[in-house]
Amino acid sequence: MFNMFGRGNRRDHKSKEIAKERLKLVLVHDRANVSPHFLEMIKGDIVGVIKDYIEVDEKGLEITITKTKREYDDTMVPALVANIPIKRMKYREK
Amino acid sequence: MGEVLVITSGKGGVGKTTTAANIGTALSLLGKKVVIVDADIGLRNLDVVMGLENRIVYDIVDVTQGICRLKQALIKDKRYDGLYLLPAAQTKDKTAIQPKQMLALSKRLKEEFDYILIDCPAGIEQGFKNAIAGADKAIVVTAPEISAVRDADRIIGLLEANEIYNPKLIVNKVRIDMVKKGDMMDIDDMIDILAIELLGVIPDDQSIVISTNRGEPAVTDENSLAGRAFKNIAERILGNEVPFLDLDVDESFFRKFARKLGFK
Ligand SMILES: Nc1ncnc2c1ncn2[C@@H]1O[C@H](COP(=O)(O)OP(=O)(O)OP(=O)(O)O)[C@@H](O)[C@H]1O
Ligand SMILES: [Mg+2]
Repeated sequence: MFNMFGRGNRRDHKSKEIAKERLKLVLVHDRANVSPHFLEMIKGDIVGVIKDYIEVDEKGLEITITKTKREYDDTMVPALVANIPIKRMKYREK
Repeated sequence: MGEVLVITSGKGGVGKTTTAANIGTALSLLGKKVVIVDADIGLRNLDVVMGLENRIVYDIVDVTQGICRLKQALIKDKRYDGLYLLPAAQTKDKTAIQPKQMLALSKRLKEEFDYILIDCPAGIEQGFKNAIAGADKAIVVTAPEISAVRDADRIIGLLEANEIYNPKLIVNKVRIDMVKKGDMMDIDDMIDILAIELLGVIPDDQSIVISTNRGEPAVTDENSLAGRAFKNIAERILGNEVPFLDLDVDESFFRKFARKLGFK
């Protein structure tokens, strides 16, 4: 049933709060696009950190910024998603 | 040697021209020699806001194309000592000027004036590039709405890419009644999100419309709240510390009143 006083109803929040959250989210995207180097830098650093353990397919590596629902309150939040194809595990117990 | 300040926003209609006219006039009232440059080629506006539209003979494009000397195009505002306008061309378009010509023009103006305020057109194309070409510093004007703040963020990034660092923010058109109801973004949140220093907050104020009708900037009206806020900004530009205006004139009055009556 439709619940007028239901929690999570957007009308419960002050519109300034909704504006603030939407603004933050949109800026994450805008800013990432303004500097094309940004994601490349992250890519490079991630590979640098894990390459001692895993041989990755650097060409197939994908990093994007998207939105995702935060679990505990269903608010949309920005998320950094990395898709890192593994060629081979390097780690061996000594 | 003077300083070139570009007044920019990205989004149109947030109050760049109003800000340029008011801060420029206020700086001249504080004893500085100021020129306000209308860089909105093709959409001349600053002349009518300042009430100088009947005095234009030559414009900025005439100067850069060598049709007249710089002195001939500068309009001296006879009401305020040390205030000048360099008008935009109305019949040409933005491509009539190149960034390197603006840079050269700015250098010449710096020899003559303490402050050179550049009224930037909306957008991020050629007109924007021209307007920032000779700028030492930038003032970003925004309004408390998502679209305006988003554009401000983009502009801050573009300024940085052009090596104009640490721009200052003016939030214009703030409606106290809506802020109180929680229907307008908080100033603190905006400066937080934009990671930028606040230069001033200007209320949405009918006195701006009235003063624009008259062609007399609001800073010359003692009773204008927006005018007072602009004057404070001029002081801050000069390096003087001025507390931020309590825009909440009615609210604090109401609160005192309510307390007396035993509310709250
Ligand atoms: N604080 C204010 N209170 C009330 N009205 C305002 C205020 N600031 C600006 N305005 C009005 O808003 C309109 C747009 O202002 P202005 O021309 O200064 O903006 P702009 O950013 O220069 O616009 P454009 O992008 O078209 O150049 C004008 O009608 C002006 O009178
Ligand atoms: Mg304008």
